[in-house]
Amino acid sequence: MKKSDKGMTLIVKTITRLTVGLILLYGIYIVLHGHISPGGGFAGGVIIALSFIHLMLAFGKEFALKKLSQAAASLLENLGALMFLGIALAGLTGGYFFLNFFINKGKPFTLFSAGIIPLCNIAICLKVGAGLFAIFAALILFDSSQENK
Amino acid sequence: MTVLSFYVVIPLGGAFLISLLGKRIKSSGDILANLSTFSLLVFSLYSIKLVFINKVLVYNVGGWVAPIGICMVLDGLSSFMLVTVNLVSFLVTLYSISYMERYTDKAKFYTLFMLMLAGMNGIIITGDLFNLFVFLEIASIASYALVAFGTEAEELEASFKYAVIGSVASSLILLGIAILYSYTSTLNMADISSVLSGKPQSILVNFVLVIFLTGFAIKAALVPFHAWLPDAHPSAPAPISAMLSGVLIKVLGVYAICRIFFNIIAASHKAFFILVVLGLISMIVGAFLAIAQNDIKRMFAYSSISQIGYIIFALGIGTPLAIFGGLFHLFNHAVFKSTLFLTSGAIEYSVNTRDLRKLGGLSSRLPITGYTGLLGSMSISGIPPLGGFWSKLVIIFAALQAGHFIFATIAVLVSVITLAYYLKFQSYAFFGKLDEALIKIKEVPLTMRLSMITLGLICAISGLLCVPAFKPFLQSAVSVLLSGNAYKDAVFNALIR
Repeated sequence: MKKSDKGMTLIVKTITRLTVGLILLYGIYIVLHGHISPGGGFAGGVIIALSFIHLMLAFGKEFALKKLSQAAASLLENLGALMFLGIALAGLTGGYFFLNFFINKGKPFTLFSAGIIPLCNIAICLKVGAGLFAIFAALILFDSSQENK
Repeated sequence: MTVLSFYVVIPLGGAFLISLLGKRIKSSGDILANLSTFSLLVFSLYSIKLVFINKVLVYNVGGWVAPIGICMVLDGLSSFMLVTVNLVSFLVTLYSISYMERYTDKAKFYTLFMLMLAGMNGIIITGDLFNLFVFLEIASIASYALVAFGTEAEELEASFKYAVIGSVASSLILLGIAILYSYTSTLNMADISSVLSGKPQSILVNFVLVIFLTGFAIKAALVPFHAWLPDAHPSAPAPISAMLSGVLIKVLGVYAICRIFFNIIAASHKAFFILVVLGLISMIVGAFLAIAQNDIKRMFAYSSISQIGYIIFALGIGTPLAIFGGLFHLFNHAVFKSTLFLTSGAIEYSVNTRDLRKLGGLSSRLPITGYTGLLGSMSISGIPPLGGFWSKLVIIFAALQAGHFIFATIAVLVSVITLAYYLKFQSYAFFGKLDEALIKIKEVPLTMRLSMITLGLICAISGLLCVPAFKPFLQSAVSVLLSGNAYKDAVFNALIR
């Protein structure tokens, strides 16, 4: 099978090529603005994972797994969870678990004055995005192993 | 005070570290899991001292004061449950080192195990009703995956059944929390209790009580809500069966029922009588179904239903002596049921079958497994002077003292049936003539033996919990339940301190 035969038609591939970057960017936007506008780590993480799933649907699983392999997704997921826990534990320096320990926080009209909340959002985004992608990849891989039998 | 957060942080951190390192460095999973459960055991034993000095400790997560933020509460009951859970989980992880070699991907097993433990410790330590639901879901979902860990058809079916019934229970619990939140405008347990005591009696609260009872009774597998348990518990790997039967149903079911019925809603006598009846039915049905089983683990699973019946029956009677007996039996059951499940795992490890009809005379080849199995069986059937005898005795005395003569007689008769089916297990598995095919089997590896022996010894000496020197440990848990509505005052006083 030729490389271009995998995945969907040329039309879908072209549109995907145009939109996938925008979807990824939108996901990052949702994550970074999560503490002041609707959205946050979970929603942004889902959108970022969707951009990779989009690639997988249009170009076939090998192409997407080359960009982000199963092992890398699992690694990122664990790092996200550990980062979240690390942020929570860092609050202990101020005396409380999960304390928002930054000093210059809560200034109006400043994007990054929310202390640990954007950091938590990034951690959640890693966990959710990588987790969702890994689940999707696992379902696809499981399906193909059934076909081979 | 910071120590309160460690009960959740350690297993959660352990879970993700194991998942990160487990595949790359061999045996890192064993070491990390055992280190975390051991440190948890040490911290829970330390909590006894904390409770002894402070009575109630409240920890504000993130520095937010309680009714607004989430708080963690450590009192006598929490400390008692923490010790029970972490004692069993440490010995079970020790056992898993060798046992789980049978399965692929030990790292995933430990990750799920630690997540389940994080959920259980979270349920025990939290002081917020919605947070309780979140931890309940963490523990339940991890346990659904663990039941299916062998990925054979039978295990997947059991796990699916468990997941569906468990999700129904979770949705009922969530519905109850939602209604209670709309009625009281708060989620903090102590705050809910204080708002409810300021309002007149309402039918809505009784409705919530019924929803909670159904939800948590499914989690605790009381008859008629028990259908998932006899499939799920035998299908899991033996260490997980020990965790599920030993502590999970108690934390998710019994502990949550206790907290809500006694401390938050302060239910009426009628509601407690429902508990008595449910307990009695579970006791009888579980025992009768257990006799007929030929699969060892299935027999133990039905026996769990029967013994949970005893605990709920005692808690439902609600007198100080009965609550003491119920909690005492809860601890004993956690110990001897995990001993028995680990024993059944050891039999399966050596012989590769769980069918009682194919076994016989194993005590000559597996002496240590035989002795621990014997200790566990005698303790659960109530042979003096082992732990189970004393707790059943206290429960029966409490029932007599409360004037429930017929119920007390039934409890005694069920205890006789319990003895009957554990004698069946003993005689089929360990006594009699050794089969020709089984002549070559060997005793299980050292770590498995070590954990079974420790549990067996605890079975033998757990009766000591009712002597004056150790009684304060149980008594502080009993006094939390007896204080009922005063729980909120204790929490708010601790907050001001």
